[in-house]
Amino acid sequence: MHLIRIMNSNEQFYCDVEKNLLQGMQSLARKGIPVGCRGGGCGICRIKVQKGLYDCKRMSRDHVSEIEQADGIALACRLYPKSDLDIEVLGLKTSKKICTHNEKEGN
Amino acid sequence: MNNKPISRPGHVALRVLDLDESIHHYVDVLGLIETGRDSQGRVYLKAWDEHDHHCLILREADSPGMDYMAFKVVSESELKRLAQAIEDYGISTEWIKAGESLATGERVRFTAPTGHVFELYAHKDIYGNGMPTTNPGIQAQNLKGIHPSRFDHCALMGNGVEESYRLFKDVLGFDLTEQVVDGENMMAAFMSCSNKPHDVAFIFAEEKGKFHHMSFFVDSWAQVLAAADIIANHDVSHEVGPTRHGITRGETMYFFDPSGNRNEVFSGGYIWYSDRPTLTWTTDELPRAIFFTERKLSETFFKVMT
Repeated sequence: MHLIRIMNSNEQFYCDVEKNLLQGMQSLARKGIPVGCRGGGCGICRIKVQKGLYDCKRMSRDHVSEIEQADGIALACRLYPKSDLDIEVLGLKTSKKICTHNEKEGN
Repeated sequence: MNNKPISRPGHVALRVLDLDESIHHYVDVLGLIETGRDSQGRVYLKAWDEHDHHCLILREADSPGMDYMAFKVVSESELKRLAQAIEDYGISTEWIKAGESLATGERVRFTAPTGHVFELYAHKDIYGNGMPTTNPGIQAQNLKGIHPSRFDHCALMGNGVEESYRLFKDVLGFDLTEQVVDGENMMAAFMSCSNKPHDVAFIFAEEKGKFHHMSFFVDSWAQVLAAADIIANHDVSHEVGPTRHGITRGETMYFFDPSGNRNEVFSGGYIWYSDRPTLTWTTDELPRAIFFTERKLSETFFKVMT
């Protein structure tokens, strides 16, 4: 079990090494990280690890770029702690892909 | 009697993060049948009672979501006519040659105003539903998991709902069965090319081209409840239900595939005929329109999409 501290909401919970951060939080009925698809796809549970060691399964590149991943950004549903962690909740990234109206092809 | 040029939803192409995990989900838990793999590594699946070769194509990619949704057109001549009509409407089209995806004739591809890619095709090889067509019986043998009988519809999110609605109504011949309005603004459009309460739905989101869910039809409310036990047994990510929709009156449960693409199992609903009036829901009644039992919105339902 590793202690997970959410630095921007003063929440903390213990996470089993077999569980990802979101499962660990939800199984103890704790709050702090927003819960979405739980599959690395929707980007709702985006966090930044400030301190600690962890492994990550594959995450949507729409929500975590390679550069961001190298900088400690991850989706909590795909992150498995290997030590105690200090994390910051970021939430859904404001998309750069928001389009304007009348984007019909061929116009 | 309907005289619509598009007969029904045919298939959806989804991106997944891990192909093997996804096949386990769609075959062992949902109970689709794998019908082929192509040289690009794409996997083709169908629901048991569908006769055509596939209703779902999976490919592994860096980000989940929908590549396109395809509708089956009644004939090759109607396919050509619709392609021209889409061009005349001001939307460019692209032809994809027969055989580019397994068992499928030539397709025409275009992008709707909400940013979603659609394809139309007139031919797909028959695979069969596991029973003879003479003296058939009532259900194929050795079905797994939830085993919905067929792919039912998709809900797609993006801005430009009213523009996509007009394209589907004016050019593709769909009916508007139900809508959600905020004053003058159309926030959601439920559209049918058949006798179902919807074959595709467009729902407002700021970002274009987002995938809300792919829905599979099960025969009864009891089968929706059985599906709930099955996803729990397999530790599948659950979202909402079993519960009841106001819109479509369908019985429903939502859950996610292992890459976060939302699935629905759906039963019931009413029979749509083109002479029925469109039903309108106002946004202040949205909770009842979406989840009739709870009459409250879920935290995730309009925020989580791929």
